[in-house]
Amino acid sequence: MDAERITEKLNILADAAKYDVSCASSGSKRKNENKGLGNTSNGICHSYTEDGRCVSLLKILLTNHCIFDCAYCVSRKNNDIKRAAFTVQEVVDLTINFYRRNYIEGLFLSSGIFKDADYTMERLVKIAKKLRTEHNFNGYIHLKSIPGASDELMREAGLYADRLSVNLEMPTEAGLKLLAPDKNRQDMISPMSFLKKEIIQRTEEKKLFKNAPMFAPAGQSTQVIIGATPESDQQVLQSANYFYKNFNLKRVYYSGYVPVLIDKRLPALNTAVPMVRENRLYQADWLMRFYGFHVNEIVNQQQPLLDLDIDPKLGWAIRNMQVFPIDVNKADLQLILRVPGIGLLSAQKIISARKFAQLSWEQLKKIGVAINRARYFIICKSNEFERRDLTGNNIKQFILAESKSKYIKNTQTQLNLF
Amino acid sequence: MYTLVYDGTFEGLLTAVFEIYERKLFHVKLIKGEWRASALFEEVLQIITDENRANRVLRGLRKRLSAACVQRLYIAQMAEMENEENAIVGFIRYAFDADRNIEEDYGNKYVMRISEIIKMVRREKHRMEAFVRFQKLKDETFYAAIEPDFNVLPLLIRHFKDRYADQKWIIYDIKRGYGLYYNLHDTQYISLDFSEVNNPANTITVFSDDESIYQHLWKNYFASVNIISRKNTRLHLRHVPRRYWKHLTEKI
Ligand code: SF4
Repeated sequence: MDAERITEKLNILADAAKYDVSCASSGSKRKNENKGLGNTSNGICHSYTEDGRCVSLLKILLTNHCIFDCAYCVSRKNNDIKRAAFTVQEVVDLTINFYRRNYIEGLFLSSGIFKDADYTMERLVKIAKKLRTEHNFNGYIHLKSIPGASDELMREAGLYADRLSVNLEMPTEAGLKLLAPDKNRQDMISPMSFLKKEIIQRTEEKKLFKNAPMFAPAGQSTQVIIGATPESDQQVLQSANYFYKNFNLKRVYYSGYVPVLIDKRLPALNTAVPMVRENRLYQADWLMRFYGFHVNEIVNQQQPLLDLDIDPKLGWAIRNMQVFPIDVNKADLQLILRVPGIGLLSAQKIISARKFAQLSWEQLKKIGVAINRARYFIICKSNEFERRDLTGNNIKQFILAESKSKYIKNTQTQLNLF
Repeated sequence: MYTLVYDGTFEGLLTAVFEIYERKLFHVKLIKGEWRASALFEEVLQIITDENRANRVLRGLRKRLSAACVQRLYIAQMAEMENEENAIVGFIRYAFDADRNIEEDYGNKYVMRISEIIKMVRREKHRMEAFVRFQKLKDETFYAAIEPDFNVLPLLIRHFKDRYADQKWIIYDIKRGYGLYYNLHDTQYISLDFSEVNNPANTITVFSDDESIYQHLWKNYFASVNIISRKNTRLHLRHVPRRYWKHLTEKI
C-alpha cells in the first residue's frame, strides 16, 4: 500500500464529504451469525468532531471529479481544486481496517459524478457487494444514490446497503433550478419512488419467507440544504412532511449552508452558518415524528418562520394557552407530551409512576421534568400553581430570563466581581 | 444504627438483606471491605456470604420483581459505585415490604436512585463500546486498554463477541488490572504482566506493520471532517470528556 498516496486521497475525499450531514448508523439490524465481521444494531457514535457532530461512519466520496456544476458544492466542475478518486479495493480496505479497530460503525459512501450516473453508481454498488460477499461484513453501509441511476442498479444497491439516500439538496424545485442547473427534481424522485415500492414489496416477502434477502433495511433518507436559498421554514418543513408521507422516508436531514464558494447566486463567503435555525428545524422535525404534532401546528401562513429564541414546542405552547394547564396526574400521554420541559422518557415515567401515587413537583423533578419550563403549563398534587394569570408572552419572558441568567452564571465569571 | 460489612459481591449483599430481616434491623448502613472490629465504635456486623441465604432472598425478589429488574439490581451492584449499596438495599426492602410490584414507582426515592444508577452504568458501558480503540499486534490479536469509571468490562462481553467474531481481541481495564480475551471461540478473564510490554524496545515490535499507517489514516480522517466555522468546544467536551482522551487514537 502506498501510504502517502492513500493519506492524500483520504484527506481530499473526506474533506469533500464532510458537508453531508446524514451520517447516522441506526435503524438497521444485521446480526453476525456466520462468524464474520461486525454487526449492526443501534448505532454508536465512536467520536465527535470539534464542532460536536457525531462520527459514526467512514464518510467519504469515491471521487470528487464531477461533470455537474452545482453552485453550493465544493466538487463542482468549475471549482479549481485538487481532484482524487479511490479504487474499489482502497475503499474496501479502509472500511475493514477502520472497523476492526472499532473506529467506525460502517461506511457512508457518496460520490461526484464521473462520466454518467450509472457508471458512478455501479462502482458504489461494487464496493458494497465486495464488503458483504467477500469480507463477510455485517457493519452498516449507507450509499448515496446518484440521481438518475437506473432501477437495476438501485435494486442491486438495496441488496447490499442498509440505507440509501437521494439528496433533494434544495427544499423547493425553484431553489434547485437556481443552484443546480444540471439536476432536476424528477431524477431524484424516480429512484425514491422505485425504492419505496421495492422496500414495501421486499418487506412483504420477508414476512412470508424468513430467508428472503434483506433490502435496504434502514430505509431511505434525504438531505436538504438550509439557508443557501430564501425558502421559509414553512416551505422546508412542508416539503419534509410531503416526503415523509409519500416516500416513507426514515429521516430528512437539514444541513445549514456553509459558505465555501463565491457565486452571486449564493450568500456571501462571510455569512454565518445558520446553526440555530438548523437546530430548530431538527426540533420541529422531532415534534412531527415522535410527539404527534402536525406540521401546520408548528409553521403555517401566520407563522412561517420558527422562533430563533425559543424552541418550537415552547413556541406552540405559548400560542395555545387555552390548552393549559394540564393535570399530569390525569391527562393522557399525547397531551403530556405537549408540555414544554417534558420529554418522551419523562412522559412515560409519569404515566407509570402515577399509578402508585399522585405526583408532586418534587417527584416530577426527580423523574426528569424541567420544572422551570413545565411549571407554567401543568398542575400536579400541590397547592401551588405557578402560572397565576400569566400570558404566553409573560411566560416566554420568564423562561428566557431564567435561562439567560443561568447562562451568564456559567460562562461569564467576570460578573462575579461586582 | 448498625453497620454491616460485606465482601462486595452481589451474593454478599443478598446475604446482608437476609440478616437484616432475620435480626429485624431497622437502621442499617452497608459498606464493603475487610472487617476490622477494633476500628469502629458503632455496632458493626460482619456479613459472611452464604449461598443458601442469598438464594432465598433472590427467589423472593424474583417473585416480586421482573427478571429484568433483578438483573438491573445485579448490574447496579457489580458496577461498584461508591456507597450505592444502601440504595440497592433500600430498593430490596421496599420491594419486600410492599404488597405489589413497585419497580415502576418512580416517585419513590430508592426506585428513582436505582434508575439513575443504571442510567450512569449504561452510559459508561455505551461509552466503552464507542471509545475502545483496538491496536493490531504482530500475532493478529487486537488489543485495547480502557479505564472506565465503573466496572463495566463484564457488561461488554456480549457486544464485542458478537461484533468481532473473526478476530482475536483483548480489552484490558488498566485501572482494575484485569481484561477480557476472545480467542475466536469464547471469552475469558485474564490479567497481564506489563513488565515486558513497557520495555520501549518491545512496544514497537509488538504492533503489526500496518498498525501505525491505519492510526495515522484515522487521525487524518478525523482532522479532515472537522468544519472550522462550526467549532463548538463545549458540545465536543460534553460528548468526549477529557478523561477518555488518552486512549483515543484520534486524540493522542
Ligand atoms: S452532482 Fe453532486 S458532486 Fe457534482 S457538483 Fe452537484 S452536488 Fe457536487
